[in-house]
Amino acid sequence: MSESNDAGLNADGMGSVVRPYILTEGRQRSDAVRLDMVSVVIAARAEVDEMALEPEQVRILELCRRAQSVAEVSAHLDIPVAVVKVLLGDLIGRGYVLARAPYTSESPVNRDVLQAVLDGIQRL
Amino acid sequence: MASNDSDPRASAAEEEHIPAAIKILVAGGFGAGKTTMVGSVSEVAPLRTEEVMTEASLGVDDLSGIEAKGTTTVALDFGRITINDDLVLYMFGTPGQQRFWFMWEELALGALGAVVLADTRRLETCFPAVDFFERRGLPFVVAVNCFEGAHSYSADEVRSALSIPEGIPVVLCDARSRASSKEVLLTLVRSVADRMAATA
Repeated sequence: MSESNDAGLNADGMGSVVRPYILTEGRQRSDAVRLDMVSVVIAARAEVDEMALEPEQVRILELCRRAQSVAEVSAHLDIPVAVVKVLLGDLIGRGYVLARAPYTSESPVNRDVLQAVLDGIQRL
Repeated sequence: MASNDSDPRASAAEEEHIPAAIKILVAGGFGAGKTTMVGSVSEVAPLRTEEVMTEASLGVDDLSGIEAKGTTTVALDFGRITINDDLVLYMFGTPGQQRFWFMWEELALGALGAVVLADTRRLETCFPAVDFFERRGLPFVVAVNCFEGAHSYSADEVRSALSIPEGIPVVLCDARSRASSKEVLLTLVRSVADRMAATA
């Protein structure tokens, strides 16, 4: 699935870049929610009114039945991160999706988390 | 700014047991083996995402080498390690060239630390990454990817060639090997833990 595109810039790059911006009605960031590349998102409800959503948002909701990061949603749907953030911001604002902020410098990891990371890597 | 507890959506999310994410960056020049290393430890084949940077996203202080108008598309490869039900680790291969500086800012924000992959055939290609992480105070390790056929150097030789201060680990690795890449990640996380203990 991810081997289809092998370059950041490709011959038909324009098509794939321009259209998502039309999708987001020209908005480039969501004011409501500040999403990071590794904010983790999950669908909040089982029932979805597909008619009220963009087709891409319906795809996002299908994908988000399992918790995953904004970057993964972007990669799986082949939509640039900036655009995914806007579409997700919308879904979060409307209660379709829940998000969890990643660890940041404002909410840094503690020793327990670090130990868990060490154990997790060791188990690989 | 917006902390977790001031955001009602975020706290609702925690009740649903959404895992939190941590990221580690893997930086280095083209061909240094970033994606190889990410792939060797990731539980999924490396994924690729594209970030479209517009003029507004670019830093104002360093536009050298970046087109000031229009958009730039940067591809990022990343992998994932599920630590436990509550924690997922993402590793991002970070474009090594200086002109992607603006992108490193966002990627480095909140990162646990970074691996700078050094290619001894082109050691100078990791200078920008070393400088960047030093200035940002982000914990990092230098991992010398030992390519077949490349002249091999000792970790100490690489340390002195790159002027890496004591206290920053320099290790040799084979980015293709899971065991070896694991060891690099462990070295990084241990060094983060040491720093935390030192400042506690």
